[in-house]
Amino acid sequence: MSLLSLRDVRVQFNTAGGVVRAVNGVSLDLAVGETLGLVGESGCGKSTLGKAIMKLVPVAGGEILVEGVDIAPLNREQLTDMRRKVQMIFQDPYGSLNPRSTVGRSVAQPMVLAGWKPEATAERVETLLRWVGLPSDAKQRYPHEFSGGQRQRIGIARALALSPKLIICDEPVSALDVSVRAQVINLLEDLKSQFGVSYLFISHDLSVVEHIADRVAVMYLGMLFEVGGRDQIWKSPQHPYTRALLAAAPIANPKLARARQRTVLQGELPSPLNPPPGCPFNSRCPMAQDRCRVEKPVLRPVGNGAQAACHFV
Amino acid sequence: MQRFEFVARFARNRGALVGACLILFVALMAVFASVFFPTDPLRIVGLPELWPGEDPEFPLGTDSLGRDILSMIVHGARATLLIGLFASAVATIIGVGVGATAGYFGGWVDEIAMRVAELFQTIPNLIFVLTIVVILGSTLTNIVIAIGIVSWTPIARMTRAEFLSLRDREFVQACRSMGMSDLRIIVSEILPNALPPVIVLSSLVVAGAILFESAVSFLGLGDPNVASWGRLVGDGRQLIRSSWYICAIPGIAIMITVLCLNLVGDGLNDALNPKLRDR
Repeated sequence: MSLLSLRDVRVQFNTAGGVVRAVNGVSLDLAVGETLGLVGESGCGKSTLGKAIMKLVPVAGGEILVEGVDIAPLNREQLTDMRRKVQMIFQDPYGSLNPRSTVGRSVAQPMVLAGWKPEATAERVETLLRWVGLPSDAKQRYPHEFSGGQRQRIGIARALALSPKLIICDEPVSALDVSVRAQVINLLEDLKSQFGVSYLFISHDLSVVEHIADRVAVMYLGMLFEVGGRDQIWKSPQHPYTRALLAAAPIANPKLARARQRTVLQGELPSPLNPPPGCPFNSRCPMAQDRCRVEKPVLRPVGNGAQAACHFV
Repeated sequence: MQRFEFVARFARNRGALVGACLILFVALMAVFASVFFPTDPLRIVGLPELWPGEDPEFPLGTDSLGRDILSMIVHGARATLLIGLFASAVATIIGVGVGATAGYFGGWVDEIAMRVAELFQTIPNLIFVLTIVVILGSTLTNIVIAIGIVSWTPIARMTRAEFLSLRDREFVQACRSMGMSDLRIIVSEILPNALPPVIVLSSLVVAGAILFESAVSFLGLGDPNVASWGRLVGDGRQLIRSSWYICAIPGIAIMITVLCLNLVGDGLNDALNPKLRDR
């Protein structure tokens, strides 16, 4: 049984301009101990999907199964168990901590809500801060006294508080300086090997995902275009969008960078208010045919355990 | 540490510092009124209509009945300040409650709450206060409640605006993702962040409440058992052509207190507003 299974998950927002289908039928599995990278352009719905799993946004349809239990119909009390298993790390380390709470209070919140005794909570906070490499006097201080990287560590400590099995990392390093990114990534990897926690790692930074993820899912305009092992995707991307995405990632070696073939995407992400009919990528796809403008592709196996949603692979 | 910084920032605004000192003086006056003037301030102690300075025993003179104006001012400070503080407390409790609920939940809750607030705002404040006092009766409690009922709308709007900007912040989402209840999120997470501008507004409502109470008392609808400053102004109005000081002295006391409260409000605004820090 997978730790997390998404079955045709849909999230939509009613706006003044119409219905935005931010997540439009996503199915995905995440195994125990696995890191799944979820990549895509800004506005493709990857963060919304992460928030839907945490029930921070209302789910319009489909099933979200945590260890086989659908969490969609559960109320707040019934969710307690699921909250213990699944936690989240947020993107903005400056916004994810209450500026008027001490770090100790912020980190202790999950234990307080779970009804722990004060002594046990205090002890746990000490342990957590040590794990993420912060001095124990940090707990009396306020978030503004810490740097971005340190704050993200505090956020990680809070997410780890109740020993979750899955942590949803919503762009955890994109707001950080490049110099501290590696520290936070390494911390996440250490914690994974220490505690066997799984990550759903949402990011638009391909180099980070390449480093941390075991499997990768590529998202575009609310739907998945390709899912597969990391090496599989990086070496032989099947979907034209994945190819374009990887081609857009910068390469450190200028000789290799000059030598490679680049397919540069034209135009912008179409408005999710009014997505093109058929395949949502047809307006920008170099391979688009008439069929793509009518029929929406579905994810299907393309060999080596990978799946792609394209009529021509 | 933080608290000390706050005091230093507040004190940098000279007007606010002067205001705070004078308010403190008035408050001490109110607290120790019966120490300085142990006798009932409404007792007749001398000749009527003695001008200030005319008799050294009554430095601020006597009113039309021969009561010591200084004693009445000192005792009146107690009633006036209490009315201001409690009315502001009533307004703040209603305002924060309505504003927090509206801002946090949004949707139709917000819609209803804001329409109700607008309804209250369309009625002229003073007439509204007078109407409530006339209906409920002229007691101190009723006057406090009436002033609270007309003064909560700006506080509700301010609280709502703060909640709107805070409710989708990531630290609130983090609390939700831990399964924290809405009430707990509102009270222990968002409210402490939303409070600074609300405190500023509440301090200004105190000033407004003192003015309302004065107006109500001046029109003769005040609590007859309480010698507030407004009532002193009201009592002196028949003699305003000959002995205008009977009105003027409590009037000046009201003016200075209200001015000081406004200065303190401005100072709090500067000290609590992080955007103005280090400017």
